[in-house]
Amino acid sequence: MTAPLGRRLALTMTGFGVLAMAAVVTAPLVGSTSISLRRAFSTTVPFADNPDAQIFFIARLPRTLAGALVGSMLASSGVVFQGLLRNPLATPFTLGVSAGAALGAMLAITFGWTFAFAGIAAAPAPSFVGSLAAVAIVYALARARHRGLSTNVLLLAGVTMNAFFSALILFVQYFANFSETYRILHWLMGDLDISSYEPIVTALPLVALSLAVFAWLARPLNLLSLDTESAATRGLDVPRAQRAAFLSASLATGAAVSVGGPIGFIGIVVPHLVRLLVGPDHRLVLPASALFGAAFLIACDVVARTVMAPIELPVGVITALVGGPFFLWLLVRKR
Amino acid sequence: MRIVAAVITILLSLSAHAGGTAPAGPVREQPRSWPPARSVVPQRIVSLIPAVTEMLFALGAGPQVVAVGSFDTYPPEVKKLPRVGALIDPDVERILSLHPDLVIVFATQTTLREQLGRAQIPIYVYNHAGLADVFTTIRDVGARVGREKAAADLTSRLEARIDAVRKRIAGRPRPRTLIVFDREKLALRGIYASGGIGFIHDMVDAAGGENVFADVKQQAVQATTELILARRPDVVLELRADPLDAATRAQEVAVWSALSSLPAVRTSRVYFLDEQKTVVPGPRVAEAVELIARTLHPTAFK
Repeated sequence: MTAPLGRRLALTMTGFGVLAMAAVVTAPLVGSTSISLRRAFSTTVPFADNPDAQIFFIARLPRTLAGALVGSMLASSGVVFQGLLRNPLATPFTLGVSAGAALGAMLAITFGWTFAFAGIAAAPAPSFVGSLAAVAIVYALARARHRGLSTNVLLLAGVTMNAFFSALILFVQYFANFSETYRILHWLMGDLDISSYEPIVTALPLVALSLAVFAWLARPLNLLSLDTESAATRGLDVPRAQRAAFLSASLATGAAVSVGGPIGFIGIVVPHLVRLLVGPDHRLVLPASALFGAAFLIACDVVARTVMAPIELPVGVITALVGGPFFLWLLVRKR
Repeated sequence: MRIVAAVITILLSLSAHAGGTAPAGPVREQPRSWPPARSVVPQRIVSLIPAVTEMLFALGAGPQVVAVGSFDTYPPEVKKLPRVGALIDPDVERILSLHPDLVIVFATQTTLREQLGRAQIPIYVYNHAGLADVFTTIRDVGARVGREKAAADLTSRLEARIDAVRKRIAGRPRPRTLIVFDREKLALRGIYASGGIGFIHDMVDAAGGENVFADVKQQAVQATTELILARRPDVVLELRADPLDAATRAQEVAVWSALSSLPAVRTSRVYFLDEQKTVVPGPRVAEAVELIARTLHPTAFK
């Protein structure tokens, strides 16, 4: 059993790894302006005198890396939520987790809150708190009247929380001054133009932590996706695994939203496409989704910034245009 | 009879201007003022638009203003007046309870316009447009409140001041200017810049600057880092309605040093004009043009 899995894992990781690498390498070469790569990588021209290098390293590379980070986090938390709740329609978006994270981030942006933890700027903290609050409420509601989790309640509670947090976002926006309204609206549609590496660096600790938990979660998720009782008989501490899954997926969503805003549909499109290719085993689906999510969001962002250049579309519009029909197809196919 | 004739003439001249400044679309079909003829000189004016409020006060019609919008802060007299909401949240009940005989509304406030129409309250429909439209609006508003003479004097004074600026900077090299009117605090994210239409573009043009986004025929451009780096502005001009304290301003200017290849950054020509007059298309536009010209061409004003 182990040997074939090892081979399949190596094959999957190589395939999706090459795809993700290709996206990371080619995306910074494309943009609304044409730059000379030779000049961009020239060692003789100082960086401050080199617009080509600045376009490459300040404008394009950070946003490509941001796309990779946000895409992989949203896709892998989609996998975790789907496995945990045994429902193919569970995503950070449908559970209200994205909206919770967005509310946290928005409060921080509007009121100029800054957080520091042990001397390190902890910008993603408010969005993590928001996503965690959303998950906690949804989870508590879904458990309240049933032993174990009711998926119907969970999804309905998620949709409701999504609407509720969106209303709170609008409420906060009402207090923002007039020009901020446009900016907030734009941010809510997703924006990867971060123009520095700082948001990525501040999100990295959260990302590393959730990736570590994800790595441990792959096997428990396989057991959980059967049903909780047989998972328990096979020696899994079910409540502990559920808590770890909820926490890590919220952490990942919070980190992603703090960098790029609440970009939708990645958490549903990517895991399902990956499952079609590699099957249901979470030990393959989780890493493959993280890599494919990175490639997918980078590709969507390239479309967003080139298709109508010099005007740029919000990347969330592209992912929604791809993801919306996909979600509906999935809904119909399930019947 | 003569008064009635005069009012009809005024109203005709108003509707003649209507097509000129209104944007394309359904708004254009409706007359600028409604109903066509009712009161003589309005005595109870509600203005939801800061620019028009400033015009009314500049024309001496301030005492007739009974309420203003939530964002009105100038002239200081308006601070005592009741607030009745603004663009997205006009408080119709309060407006009606004040028994206005003229309400100044935005062209896009279609629901409010219908409600006031049903209540038979005359409205003046305003829309943001170019610098020349500021003068048209001052004349229109002046005619509407019986201050044609004051309006003619005011517009010719303002036009003369702006012409003087144009003459003063004539022949000088025009710096390529990035005009930012909004972005995230302390970060180069979510940058909104002026495109090639609108009064802000026109003011900078009159003040001797070449807008780097003049080719984008929109009022606002969502400017990405890449676009800004590619357009290489000689000057970055940040216009803000709310004043910043000196420390914050210095921090905000320093944010631009990340884009060190920009000529504006290399020659330390990043400026914050955090004065409300730079973003309100009202009677202070001439002052704003002078301020921008002094910023872009300091040597011309020595």
